[in-house]
Amino acid sequence: MLQVNNIEAVYSKIILALKGMSLHVPEGKIVALLGSNGAGKSTTLKAISGLLSGDGGQITDGTIEFEGEKINNITPDIIVRKGIFLCMEGRRVFGDLTVEENLMAGAYTRKNRTTIKDDMEKIYVYFPKLKALQHRKAGFLSGGEQQMLAIGRGIMAKPKLLLLDEPSLGIAPLLVKEIFQNIKQINQEEGTSILVVEQNANVALSIADYGYIMESGRVVMQGNADILLSNEEVREHYLGMGKDGEKNYKENKMYRRRQRLVW
Amino acid sequence: MTFFLQMLVTGIVVGSIYGLVALGFVLIYRASGALNLANGEFVIIGPYICLVLMTAYKIPFILSLVITLIFSAILGLVVERLVIRPIQNAPVVSVIMATIGLSSLLGGAVHMLWGHQTRTFPQVFPSTPINFSGLIITPVYLWSFIVVIVLLLLFSLFFKFSKMGIAMRAVADDRQAALSMGISVKFVYAATWAIASVVAAVGGVLLGNINGLSPTMAAIGLTVLPVVILGGLDSVLGAIVGGFIIGILQNMAGGYLDPLIGGGLKEVAPFIVVLLILMLKPYGLFGSRGIERV
Ligand SMILES: Nc1ncnc2c1ncn2[C@@H]1O[C@H](COP(=O)(O)OP(=O)(O)OP(=O)(O)O)[C@@H](O)[C@H]1O
Ligand SMILES: [Mg+2]
Repeated sequence: MLQVNNIEAVYSKIILALKGMSLHVPEGKIVALLGSNGAGKSTTLKAISGLLSGDGGQITDGTIEFEGEKINNITPDIIVRKGIFLCMEGRRVFGDLTVEENLMAGAYTRKNRTTIKDDMEKIYVYFPKLKALQHRKAGFLSGGEQQMLAIGRGIMAKPKLLLLDEPSLGIAPLLVKEIFQNIKQINQEEGTSILVVEQNANVALSIADYGYIMESGRVVMQGNADILLSNEEVREHYLGMGKDGEKNYKENKMYRRRQRLVW
Repeated sequence: MTFFLQMLVTGIVVGSIYGLVALGFVLIYRASGALNLANGEFVIIGPYICLVLMTAYKIPFILSLVITLIFSAILGLVVERLVIRPIQNAPVVSVIMATIGLSSLLGGAVHMLWGHQTRTFPQVFPSTPINFSGLIITPVYLWSFIVVIVLLLLFSLFFKFSKMGIAMRAVADDRQAALSMGISVKFVYAATWAIASVVAAVGGVLLGNINGLSPTMAAIGLTVLPVVILGGLDSVLGAIVGGFIIGILQNMAGGYLDPLIGGGLKEVAPFIVVLLILMLKPYGLFGSRGIERV
């Protein structure tokens, strides 16, 4: 469905953020994209959605194909119309708009506008907390509620492919589990394909079919989610688990430090 | 007492027109962060066209007005396309400078085309004053007020419920996030300039019917500045409330203080009040963002 082939992306014409990044999202699947800070995960998602230029970046090499059609260098509004919707990192809800208006903004590109109200009700079924808050300004919502709204906005667009950038950012562990269950549910009930970027590798791989791990602008490891979850290296460096399964942050940190020196 | 009421009513009517013109100003500020210093010229071009259509071509007022508004929308679109869009990624100060240049250009064109003498609109509204138990209101004031209030209501419905209105507010809130919704920011900017130009023209036509028309009326661009700064540059509600406050203040100062000191306070009073209010509320009464320093 989505095929990213060897793309290279730069910011401000000089900062090389992606160096031959490739990935594939099959129809109807959930794919996780993992990696440490600054690896280029968000850049990958922005490149797919055509949003790089808004941040002073551009794709300099490689292709992005969606349903067999090349989509690099197309403006974001057309990409959304083609069925790709990005929930940006840091939620980015419209603080001055109410919850309901935020959802309406998500539905902006929809052609069939008669079912918008029904779909809004559906969002309130996925995220019952939002129902009571529907007339509240989104800026006054808690971080978790805003995250639900950001995902809800994505569903309102009825995309074929939903890109989620760190939906767990700044959210309590219990709620993270809940939100990821919702994501899984959306995937199953709406048939939406999902590409999710996460720091929290554990929870992301628990709902994903396939996973990619990237470092400094390219993929360094990939595989089925269950295989990645049980892989020694992944457990050690991305899940913060030692060989015997205990948490081992210290070693993890040391490894990171060593890695950074090498780069 | 009747004198007071008379001043109050005049102030409210003129203030409502200020509010309308200020609305266009605020919309542009919210969309692009820039002050449109050519707003005063937007206000006068419309009524000149309307006047010419009525006098030279004998077209009835309503039809002339419709043509004027269509022309104004196009003027807004053209300005956005030719002047603003090419520099949209430049610093805000550059955009403001461009609007200053535009203001001279349009102002010059008005002088060239229509001269500098004051012209009066042909009688549009009946001239017999209406007497509300001692309070005398001329129909043009009453009608202006009704037109402005209806327009403001329509706008608030537009911003609250329409797809485009919500998109415009989303762009003002977070441009990049609005892009990610599939909102075409280009389209929103163009629509913003068209709307700002149209509301300016409506304000201009109403003011022209009240006071007559001359190129100096472009100074309303300057009067609207304290209105929007008072209300808060990014607040639509602020623009309207600010409009009423400045309109009333101006007329009160003109009615009571000018005779005492020999005139001039009418023009200055709004700025004095704005200075005082800004000392207490630096972002204006309803504003949330910092004020752009020019
Ligand atoms: N707007 C920008 N201008 C310049 N450089 C940028 C910009 N955005 C990101 N970068 C750089 O590009 C690289 C990749 O950033 P990116 O945001 O894609 O990382 P990430 O994997 O999403 O990290 P995180 O997990 O912290 O969100 C980083 O080195 C970052 O400094
Ligand atoms: Mg990121």
